[in-house]
Amino acid sequence: MIRIEHLSKIFQSGAEVAALKDISLHVHAGEIYGIIGMSGAGKSTLLRCISLLEQPTSGSIILDGHDMNTIRGKELQQLRKQIGVIFQGYNLLMQKTIRKNVAFPLELSKMPKADINKRVDELLEIVGLSDKAEFYPSQLSGGQRQRVAIARALANNPKVLLCDEPTSALDPLTTRSILDLLVDINKKLGVTIIVITHELGVVRNICQKVAVIDSGTIVEQGLTADVMGNPQHEITKLLISTAGGR
Amino acid sequence: MGFIQDNLQMFLQGTLETLYMTAMSTILAYVFGLPLGILVTITRKDGLWPHVKLNAALEWIVNIGRSIPFLILMIALIPFTRFVVGKGYGPNAAIVSLVIGAIPFVARLVESSLAEIDHGVIEATQTMGASNWELITKVYLPESLPSLVRGFSMTTITLISYSAMGGAVGAGGLGDIAIRYGYHRYEYDVMIVTIVLLVLIVQIIQCGFNVIAKKIDKRMIKQ
Repeated sequence: MIRIEHLSKIFQSGAEVAALKDISLHVHAGEIYGIIGMSGAGKSTLLRCISLLEQPTSGSIILDGHDMNTIRGKELQQLRKQIGVIFQGYNLLMQKTIRKNVAFPLELSKMPKADINKRVDELLEIVGLSDKAEFYPSQLSGGQRQRVAIARALANNPKVLLCDEPTSALDPLTTRSILDLLVDINKKLGVTIIVITHELGVVRNICQKVAVIDSGTIVEQGLTADVMGNPQHEITKLLISTAGGR
Repeated sequence: MGFIQDNLQMFLQGTLETLYMTAMSTILAYVFGLPLGILVTITRKDGLWPHVKLNAALEWIVNIGRSIPFLILMIALIPFTRFVVGKGYGPNAAIVSLVIGAIPFVARLVESSLAEIDHGVIEATQTMGASNWELITKVYLPESLPSLVRGFSMTTITLISYSAMGGAVGAGGLGDIAIRYGYHRYEYDVMIVTIVLLVLIVQIIQCGFNVIAKKIDKRMIKQ
């Protein structure tokens, strides 16, 4: 589904900073893949490269056979619709109702109005917020806002759902319910999910595979059970020991 | 109340001229200032459409415009005003210099309204495949609308006071009356009436726009 080959990202702001160094990663269709690391390890830069918000310095990201970094303009906008993204800060439009927020990517895709309404109802049903359609984001809790963001990210039937610290601003109970929802979406809709997080609990709970990232390189990757059961790298051990029982 | 009756016609005309000058110049200042403010925002290094040189040029124009005191700008613009509307005095002439004076002011207000929008929301919309035009028309402007309305109110009020300054060069309106009667002829009663009228106009405009801005802002509503 997604193949990342020898990806590097160097930031040039005065001194050169290599945020990502030779990252290679394969995510298969239908997987839930975790990318875990400490703050500043390069997780967010990696996600920004996959979501095309950042241009890699070298290497390639291949989505379903399309090299995403050679595509420009209209085609790029089309390709972007294959990837839904949710963020730690939800990033909803604060002046629009929940219905309008979820309808927004569909409007951008020029879907007819009647179809949009039907699709929004479906999506709100999936995330369990059918009764909140006419509310505004300011009237919802953090967990509910993240559900709206998930509905919005799924609107165009993406093949991949990218999640950037999706539960890091939520309490444990709400975290649980959002993770359950992600698993549910993965099973029912067959969407491939990539979760970027610093929370080991998230990886343990929902990811079949995991990559541990540190100082811009992947230090360990494989099945979650193998990596967690027999950690090889210092950082992995540290993540496990500091996470406690979670 | 014989005094008011004697001068009713004059106060009425002055009020209407002030309202006319303010409304026209505010609208025209936005016709030019709103796109300018947007352009300054998007051409920044980290903006939607980075053009560092264009940005520096626009910044320079806005800064120069903001630093010239309005009274001096107005006098300096008299030849240009005469060229545009055919004469250097009267409400229409004042509108020309009011608009030119207000454009950089509006551009800065628009810029600061747009800056209130969380960058994450812009990025989220980019990941949905929105074009820059869609980002401006569907995210930047609607999301900052309450703030833009407050800026519009501030511009209107500033232009009322600028238009009163225009009285110094015969712009017409309440400021003109205040200067001619209050300053040149020591008729303080006339001046006081114009002050009361100006204060009333400003208060009404400010309250009106505040109510609108509050009503359309959906960030504060509670269940």
